[in-house]
Formats: sequence, structure tokens, C-alpha cells
Amino acid sequence: MLYREAGQFKSSYVSDMAIFPLRQDRVGLAVILFFAFVVMPLSMSSFTLNSLMIPILVFSLATIGLNILTGYTGLISLGTGGFMGVGAYATYKLTTVMPEINIIVPILVSGLIAAAVGVLFGLPSLRIKGFYLAVATLAAQFFLSWCFIRVPWLYNYNVSAAIEVPTRTLLGVPITGPNASPVTRYYVVLTIVVAMTWFASNLVHGRIGRMWMAVRDMDIAAELIGIRLYQTKLLAFAVSSFYCGVAGALMVFLWLGAAEFESFNINESFLILFMVIIGGLGSLIGSFMGAAFIWGLPVLLRAAPETFGIPIHSATVEHLQFMIVGALIIFFLIVEPHGLARLWQLVKQKLRVWPYPY
Amino acid sequence: MDLLYQIFVNPFGQMVAAPDLLVQTLWEGLVSGVLYALIALGFVLIFKASGVFNFAQGIMVVFAALTLIGLHQKGVPAFVALILTILVMLALAYAVERLVLKPLVNQPDIILFMATFGLTYFLIGLGQLMFGGEPKVMITNELYLPKGSFDIKMLGGFVALQKIDIAAAIIASIMVATLAIFFQRTRIGRALRAVADSHKAALSVGISLEQIWVVVWFTAGIVALATGIMWGARSQVEFSLQIIALKALPVLILGGFTSIPGAIVGGIIIGVGEKLGEFYWGPLIGSGIESWLAYVIALVFLLFRPQGLFGDRIIERI
Repeated sequence: MLYREAGQFKSSYVSDMAIFPLRQDRVGLAVILFFAFVVMPLSMSSFTLNSLMIPILVFSLATIGLNILTGYTGLISLGTGGFMGVGAYATYKLTTVMPEINIIVPILVSGLIAAAVGVLFGLPSLRIKGFYLAVATLAAQFFLSWCFIRVPWLYNYNVSAAIEVPTRTLLGVPITGPNASPVTRYYVVLTIVVAMTWFASNLVHGRIGRMWMAVRDMDIAAELIGIRLYQTKLLAFAVSSFYCGVAGALMVFLWLGAAEFESFNINESFLILFMVIIGGLGSLIGSFMGAAFIWGLPVLLRAAPETFGIPIHSATVEHLQFMIVGALIIFFLIVEPHGLARLWQLVKQKLRVWPYPY
Repeated sequence: MDLLYQIFVNPFGQMVAAPDLLVQTLWEGLVSGVLYALIALGFVLIFKASGVFNFAQGIMVVFAALTLIGLHQKGVPAFVALILTILVMLALAYAVERLVLKPLVNQPDIILFMATFGLTYFLIGLGQLMFGGEPKVMITNELYLPKGSFDIKMLGGFVALQKIDIAAAIIASIMVATLAIFFQRTRIGRALRAVADSHKAALSVGISLEQIWVVVWFTAGIVALATGIMWGARSQVEFSLQIIALKALPVLILGGFTSIPGAIVGGIIIGVGEKLGEFYWGPLIGSGIESWLAYVIALVFLLFRPQGLFGDRIIERI
């Protein structure tokens, strides 16, 4: 009833091609942003912010990164964890060498470094594709995580072989390190994620995004209509790794506070890939849904036995959690292989014609 | 100049100076290669027959080995436990066919690949729930697997060959030979190859997809059990084996995704290359290069022969 487009006429080409053509969508987006920026930080406990909201935002960013590569360009990558690690370690290096620079600058610059590394490992992508490329990116993953432990220069020769986040301030307020409050960190992460999502949205709806999708749908045909395959694929690798690198830097600097090579192992890559698939390949909103689902579900599962007063051993809960997540992944793939984003579209379609089915 | 010497001359000098060490390294590489090849074999079987890239092969190895040990700890005699484990793998094959593959017929490859991911998670949870997460020791004595080693005197030194490794190599070759005959000569084998070529065409000539899938997953389960026993006998049965199983991927790239002999040859190349690299070139750049060397070998290989040593030629049509 509320979700109708009746009466909204498009009088220009621009409004017809808008990303959110319906007024209700635009209002909905504004409401979500209002909630994210105002209501949530005020109403949520710092524990919820730190263990639920910040990780979801960070993983959403990484998922967008992988989605650009896998969902939009059709190149499977299992090296996401490695690229995130590059971002984190590069930020650490930059900010310890040049402590006086505003922390946001190293985070973005290390995104560029991650992009360069991504392009390097993307080089084989012209000759190989599919699972073969997945194995090639596994090489990146294992090589990079080997670097994170065997190259002491990266972690400033610490004895613990881990990186500890130093305190850095933005406009006089500490935003990283042990003194930063969860609310400030949440705001910084949220701002960066919103800005980069907006950028990604413009990218994938424009010429570059169409080139990527053409390559995904059939690369030979794309080549025939004049798309330069090599540049397009490498650009996808670069942009994707940039997003992953920034996500990795945010993960360490604004969420975990410390990291070692184990933080960026192969499981991280798989986790992000889950989020992409469950959320929906080639969908930005799906990236957020997938991240929220995969990260939020175990948190809920852990909380469930306590809420209902069922006495279960915590180790058992963890094992059950693995089983349930596994079963749910299969269930979701069977019910809706195109992910949560597609489910959301179907719901919207149903709402538009409600209460009549046609 | 010194670096070049370190890379190109010194390792070979070492090899010539201590040939017994070289032989020992080669042997170790050969054995780990055989084990990689066994895992790769499981991948190839399923990939050939259903086009599914079965990520769960690694956890199936762990799960099978754990079931065997767990049953034995409950007091079941070793060989009865072995048979029961085989039945469990059969039940698993049925369950996978009913609950995962059948509802996902005709979906793109990546979706099926993701489904095997879900299966992996499920099996990890189930295995830990039933048998606990701690590493376990394989019941080698009860299964009459040989222990100890032959020390052979050669080339001015000793080379130690573990008996269990020799057994692993023999079992692997028997399995490969049996599977090759099974694929080439039997009715079901032909049906399997038909299904691999085209699901639709196979259906139209009256081949039951369901039956084939159960057979294939069951066979992969038995291969997984054999791998689990062998690997468990060499070290321990633990869940991290699952990640080591990813080494089967470079093996597959070398051998080609569809070739059974390819899996074996690829496994041996990767195993030997890895051990040689670690032993002779590893100290130059810090040890532990074993973790990624296999993938880099595969990567270099991909650039020159994307279909692998024995794989079918990749033909693209518009």
C-alpha cells in the first residue's frame, strides 16, 4: 500500500535512469542513513557497536570489494584475506614511519598499495579463468600470509610478530588505539564505508561497471565489441583490492586494535566469499545483507541458548553453530541461488502489487 | 653476484656433495606427493562425474578418519569399524545427493561450489560435536599397517624409507589402477563419463543421474577414507588437515581437472618440487616456503599450459 509508484512520473532521462527511481526508496535510504548515523550510536551499547556494527560495516566494505571482482567482473578470487592484510600492514608501516600524518591518509594510501599488489596477482587473469584463477589467487593468499610472518620489516621487528595499533587522533579526538571510544570509531568507519559505497555505486552504474559486466557475461563477446579485456580485468582487480585493502586497514585500526598474520588467513577469504554469495553476486545492497547475515548469525546463535534458558556447553554451541551455518548456506542456495539481494527484490515486487498477486 | 651464486650454483653443489640427502628429500617429496594425489583423486572423481568442484573433499578425509577412530574408541573391533565407516560414507553420499545436489540441479558451477562449502562447515561442526576437536592418533597397529623403516645403505650414506610410506604408495597405485579400470571397462564407468560429458544427453539415453552421483560420492568417500588412514598414520588426524587438502588444487592444475593419471603425476611433481624447494632454496629467503611454493609452481605452469598435463583441451565457443 505504501510502496506504490503510482503518480510518480519520470519527465527526464536522468530521472528515468536514477539508481533509486522511486520516492519510497529514496526515503527509505534516508531513514536507514538517519538510523545508522544518529539512532544506532545513541541507543546501542558500546559492546554491540564494537562486536556487531563495526565488524559488519568493515566486512561489508570487503564484500563490496570482492563483489566488484567476482560479482561484477566474474573473476573468482580466494585472495581477499591477503589483500586485506596488505592494507593493514601498509597502514601500520606508513603510520609508524610518519606518525604526524592524519591516519585517514595512510589508510587510503595503503588501499592504493593493496591495489598495486592486486594488479600484480591479477596479471594471470587474462590467460586463465574460473577455478584456475581461483587457485592462482590462492597463491596470492598463501604467499602474502607467509610474508606477514616471515618479513619482520613489515611489523617493525616486533618480538610478538604482531602489529599493535598506536593512538592516532582526528581533529583532536583519538580514533584509533586503546583510547578511542567505540562510538567515535563507529562514526569513522561508517563515514568511510558510506563514502566508498557511494563511489562504488557510481562506478558500477557507469561505463566502467558496464564494461565489467560485459566481461563477466562473456569475455570473448566483450572483446569483440571493443572492450580491452586486459585493462578491464586489471582495473577490476585494482579497484577490488583497493576496497579490500581499506577494509583490512579499518579492521585492524578501528576494530581489532591488533593483528597478526593469522588474522588474514585463508578462512578470512572464504568468509568474505560466503558473504558475497549469500548476499548476492553483483549487488551492492547484497554485500551489506550478506555481511550482516554471516556475521550476525553466529552472534545470534551464541546468544540464543542463554535467552531461552537452555543449558548447553559453550563448546557445543560453537560446534552447533558450524553445523547451522553450513546447513543454512545450503538451504539458502537451494531456495534462492541469487542471494538475499534477489529475495529483497522479490519482496519489493510483491509489495508493489499487493494485495493483488498480479 | 653472490645472490646468483646462492640461487643457481650452491644448491646443486649441495645436491652433488650429499647424494644420500638428495635421495631422502626426493623420497619424502614422492610420498607427500602421493598423499596430495590421493586427495586430488577424490576431487577429480567428483568433478568428472558431476562437474562439481568439491571443496568438501578435505573435510571428508578428516571426517572419515575421525569416524574410524571414534568407532574404534567406542570398543568396535578395527575391521568392523572400517566397514562401518565405509557404510557411513555411503550414507553421506546418499544424503549429499538427496539434500544438496538434487535440489541444485542445473545451477551454475559457482553455486554448487558454494554448496560444498556449506557441506564443509556442516561436517566440521558434526565432526567436532561427535568426536571432539582435539587431534587423534590413527589406529595403525589394529589395522596391521607396518611401522618402522628400512635403512638402505647407498651413495655413501643412509636413506630411511618409512614402511608406512611404502604402504601408502602401494595402496595409492592399487586404487588408481582399480579406478582407471572401473572408469574404462565397466558399465557404470561408461555411464560416469557420459554424465561428465553432458547431463542432459546422459539422461536422454536412460542413465540415472541420481545413481551415478551416489556412486561417485561414495567412491570419493572411500578414497577419502584411504587418504585419512594414510595421512593419519604419518602424523595425526586433526581438522587443520582440511587446509592442507587445498594443496590438491595446484596438483589438479598440473594434472588437469579431468584426468586420473594426471592427478597422480601432478601430485608427485608438486610433492617433490615442494620438498626440494624447501630443503635447498628455502634457507635463502626464510623457511616455510612450502606453504605457497606449490601454488606458485601451479601458477607458472598455468601460464604455459592452462589445461594441465593431461587435461582435455579447453575450447571456447561463442
